[in-house]
Amino acid sequence: MEKSLSFREFIITRLIQASGYSAILFVALIFFFLLREGLPTLSEVETSSLLNVRWYPIESYFGIFPLITGSLIVTLGAALIAVPFGIGTAVYISEIAPRWMREILKPLVELLGGLPSVVLGFLGILIVSPFLRVFLDLPTGLTAFTGSLLLGGIAVPTVVSVAEDALDSVPRAYREGAWALGATKWQTIWRVTLPAARSGVLTAVMLGVGRAIGETMTVMMVTGNAPVLAVKLNSLFSPVRTMTATIAAEMGEVANGSTHYHVLFFIGMVLFLISLVVNVIASAVVFRAKKRAERILS
Amino acid sequence: MNNKILIENLSLQYSDGTESLRGVSMGIRQNAVTVLFGPAGGGKSTLLRCLNRLNDLTEVRASSGQILIDGENILDPKVDVVALRRKVGMVFARPVPLPMSIRENVIYGLEMSGEKRKSKLDEAVERSLKLAAIWDEVKDRLNDPANALSGGQQQRVCLARVLALQPEIVLLDEPTSGLDPISTGKVEAALQELKKEYTVILVPHSVQQAARTADHAAFFLQGELIEYDDGKKMFTTPKEKKTEDYIMGRFG
Repeated sequence: MEKSLSFREFIITRLIQASGYSAILFVALIFFFLLREGLPTLSEVETSSLLNVRWYPIESYFGIFPLITGSLIVTLGAALIAVPFGIGTAVYISEIAPRWMREILKPLVELLGGLPSVVLGFLGILIVSPFLRVFLDLPTGLTAFTGSLLLGGIAVPTVVSVAEDALDSVPRAYREGAWALGATKWQTIWRVTLPAARSGVLTAVMLGVGRAIGETMTVMMVTGNAPVLAVKLNSLFSPVRTMTATIAAEMGEVANGSTHYHVLFFIGMVLFLISLVVNVIASAVVFRAKKRAERILS
Repeated sequence: MNNKILIENLSLQYSDGTESLRGVSMGIRQNAVTVLFGPAGGGKSTLLRCLNRLNDLTEVRASSGQILIDGENILDPKVDVVALRRKVGMVFARPVPLPMSIRENVIYGLEMSGEKRKSKLDEAVERSLKLAAIWDEVKDRLNDPANALSGGQQQRVCLARVLALQPEIVLLDEPTSGLDPISTGKVEAALQELKKEYTVILVPHSVQQAARTADHAAFFLQGELIEYDDGKKMFTTPKEKKTEDYIMGRFG
């Protein structure tokens, strides 16, 4: 009896262990695969050619520079939209809204976070881009800005819900301390609550940016997909092509094992690296915040 | 001496049913330490938090009565709460230095009220830290984060922060509950200095502290004011049986 019990324990423990390890294994395999398919690029295409400004794979122009700038400009625009809006909404929900309002808004924001990006792309094509074309008098409404707007919309719920949690966990005593000193509601938020929740709010921004940079479907639908170097001021209002959209659009039509195929994987590696950096920064910030919290609690 | 504060028939109930006040009436003297004591849940903190309207931010089910400070009913919704809180400062049980430096903590309230002149601010920092009996300990590191101080020091910085605003009334809600005896002694000594300039209302964390510090003492039990008298009389010859039992430690 006892022996069978301990045997069962053993099996269950091992099963849980195995599933834990397999997650690591899968990530490692994906990474390995990415490297195996992407790294040959470096021997097949010259570095100078990679950093070129022309992406025209059919004629062996593999300049990924426009794609990187495309991704960056769209993401930057999205961040500029999502961060103020997201933090503003979080502050409103956590600090200002009456309780009934908070109870409506919180689930609503989370629902918004679950909106499939292809639906948003749809709205982008049908409503946002024609509107922008007329309103800003552009040759086409499919621009980096359109992508930024929609990506901003996608990132907002992430920013809101993480930032709201951070604000919520600021001890009530901080606020009361400030109020008791005659600070107004706004002074308390700006000078006490937000700085106290700084690290959580930063994490929210990082996660929002991470969400935006990895987004594919929406940007593919609304940014016009022209691989043009986006470094001029008005690039925001012309079509661009992002790294994600390039992979999604071309991967299906490329000959397995060709240079083009390898370059697409190489772009994947670059993307992976960028989101890795964003995530590492985010978790470093969170780690620091945790250490501080431990010090205060001890 | 005259009454700085006049509380008339004040009743209050929180929405969650914890603590309440029932028909409390009392006058609070200027330039004296008035102690509100009694077992937990008696309404002492609630009363304090009425005096600077900090209760506005909690869910209150019902309240009635009035509180007159210098003859003005501060429970009137038209009263400027921000100005009121500058006039009626408060120190909490757990020291809550704001996440900034010692100096910034002390001048925070002043800055919020629009004071920008550095000379004024420096002067206020020194004056209020001295009044709170901590100047000598921190004068060389005013730009260190206030969180790095010990609990007792933090609490005195919090006191200084309140004093910097030059309030007329200082409320203290168990300010020494987390402090060691030496720090407690320093805070208590500071109170005796404070009452020369301010009206001090203290919720002590023990009966002994109440006896040590009180010029006037009010005994609260389950939301009712049981007895209110001169401090010395209260702790030697209380009139009410309940007060005596509590002071003697028969319940509580």
